[in-house]
Amino acid sequence: MSLLQINNLNVRFGDAGAVPVVDGLDLAVDAGEILAIVGESGSGKSVTMMAVMGLIEAPGRITADVLSFAGTDMLKLSGRQRRKVVGKDIAMVFQDPMTALNPSYTVGYQIEEVLRQHLGLKGKAARQRALELLKKVEIPAPESRLDAYPHQLSGGMSQRVAIAMAIAGEPKLLIADEPTTALDVTIQAQIMDLLVNLQKERNMALILITHDLAVVAETAKRVCVMYAGQAVEVGQVPELFDVPAHPYSEALLAAIPEHSIGAERLATLPGIVPGRYDRPQGCLLSPRCPYVRDNCRTQRPTLDPKAHSLARCFYPLNQEVA
Amino acid sequence: MTVVLTARELTRHYEVSRGLFKGHALVRALNGVSFELEAGKTLAVVGESGCGKSTLARALTLIEEPTAGSLRIAGQEVKGASKAERKQLRRDVQMVFQSPYASLNPRQKIGDQLAEPLLINTTLSRVERREKVQAMMQQVGLRPEHYQRYPHMFSGGQRQRIALARAMMLQPKVLVADEPTSALDVSIQAQVLNLFMDLQQQYRTAYVFISHNLAVVRHVADDVLVMYLGRPVEMGPKEDLYRNPLHPYTQALLSATPTLKPDPTKPRIKIVGELPNPLDPPSGCAFHKRCPYATQKCSVDTPAFRPVGSRQVACHYAEQFLQ
Repeated sequence: MSLLQINNLNVRFGDAGAVPVVDGLDLAVDAGEILAIVGESGSGKSVTMMAVMGLIEAPGRITADVLSFAGTDMLKLSGRQRRKVVGKDIAMVFQDPMTALNPSYTVGYQIEEVLRQHLGLKGKAARQRALELLKKVEIPAPESRLDAYPHQLSGGMSQRVAIAMAIAGEPKLLIADEPTTALDVTIQAQIMDLLVNLQKERNMALILITHDLAVVAETAKRVCVMYAGQAVEVGQVPELFDVPAHPYSEALLAAIPEHSIGAERLATLPGIVPGRYDRPQGCLLSPRCPYVRDNCRTQRPTLDPKAHSLARCFYPLNQEVA
Repeated sequence: MTVVLTARELTRHYEVSRGLFKGHALVRALNGVSFELEAGKTLAVVGESGCGKSTLARALTLIEEPTAGSLRIAGQEVKGASKAERKQLRRDVQMVFQSPYASLNPRQKIGDQLAEPLLINTTLSRVERREKVQAMMQQVGLRPEHYQRYPHMFSGGQRQRIALARAMMLQPKVLVADEPTSALDVSIQAQVLNLFMDLQQQYRTAYVFISHNLAVVRHVADDVLVMYLGRPVEMGPKEDLYRNPLHPYTQALLSATPTLKPDPTKPRIKIVGELPNPLDPPSGCAFHKRCPYATQKCSVDTPAFRPVGSRQVACHYAEQFLQ
């Protein structure tokens, strides 16, 4: 059994007939693995993880055949039970560290709060542990930072504090939602190194949500590509980058400037992601897909094993087995 | 080739209050930047937050007066220009901003926003303005019915097309684009970058393209200017700079940029620490505290921005990195 098992997850905002934001997602994450979820804005990457964390509020509705974490059915938990798991065994690092931290409390207080709530540490013991955590995330002069307020820290430093808070409960699964998008490139490299080192050292599972395929290529072992709420391809790195099966994966890779060095123009996928009112009846990519055929417009493909990966396509690319 | 933009030792300092009883502190946001830009070419300016990229953009677009140095646009010196001359200069330099959500007026129809530069700067009639706007809208991939719509009805990529169309309405000689695609998804970014390239080819506009994304810069630029803490550290032709970066900061930036084909045998240059406080910059070379090659000399002597090979570099030891 995987650490996190998701079968047929649907998230809708509104009544049961509303357009799903996450549409029949199946995903499994094993202990100690790095899985990346990539996709453009609105593809449902963040909402999926919010659903796992139980952070979706009305009018959002979650339905799933299975949504289990370490053998516990997350959908059946009461609020009280959920709070024992979330923040301890599953922790999350958010995109914008400036808004993820509470501006009214010191950094030390916020880390100690996690330790008090989940590990029952108090007073000196909690402070000592908070200091160790700040050292762990490589914050310079950690003693003086315990009493600093978030506004006194830079973006990279705040993100390190957010990571310290996330790992305070010794989580089995860490979800990092665009953890470096708000940061400069040299700081981004530092934070990614830190996350990967922590993951290795603690053998945590790490789910990395990002839109930056290059970050994925450098860190993840497995990747799930999402489009309009569906997983369209799930495969290993670097195979998925070398021989993508789904036309959307191919287009996403081709649109990166690095892919067409020296070329006059960048390859593009025409059009935009389908909205609420123009969701296609068939394959969701069919209006934009360069390889579309008649049945793509009427039937919806399922996520099936292909030569190198799982893909949701009737006519997958790169199927030659070397 | 016609040079349309010349900056000589362009400098902009800000005074910052440190409280009631202390004197003012001086932030040297932009310190001695010089370059020339020809029509139809692109100069990319790269660097991290706080390196002075946006201050440079504000100086180039006449939003702010430089503290020192000279700026010539289309042969006309900006300093000491009369009011009428400045009005003409403003026509020649236009700008596209980072966030297309903040740079368009939410209460004005797209058509009116695109026509406004013509209304202010030309004597065209209403019908002629409308024709020009329609032509430009078609060129950037907007449909005629979009004329009557408001910004909130468009996606981020479409809004950036509108912002670009507005900047190009007067066919400026220079277009300053400050992180124009960093708010966009990668597939939309590709569409917008293609549009930038198409318009440049057609109108031979010179671009100053400000970005922190080195992969994007590699695609659009002819020359690249790397800045660190308000100072230029390296400038030169794109291919040379990417193949053989001379300044340790450029090397670190390129090395830190994630790539689709990571090479595990190539060690990554680790750059420690964060950007120093601009109120209290380090002595000597501003980069020496984070530089893996720093010596005693670096902490004392400020390196001059000097020619090395095909480029200009501000590092005492640039020759050692030349391949």
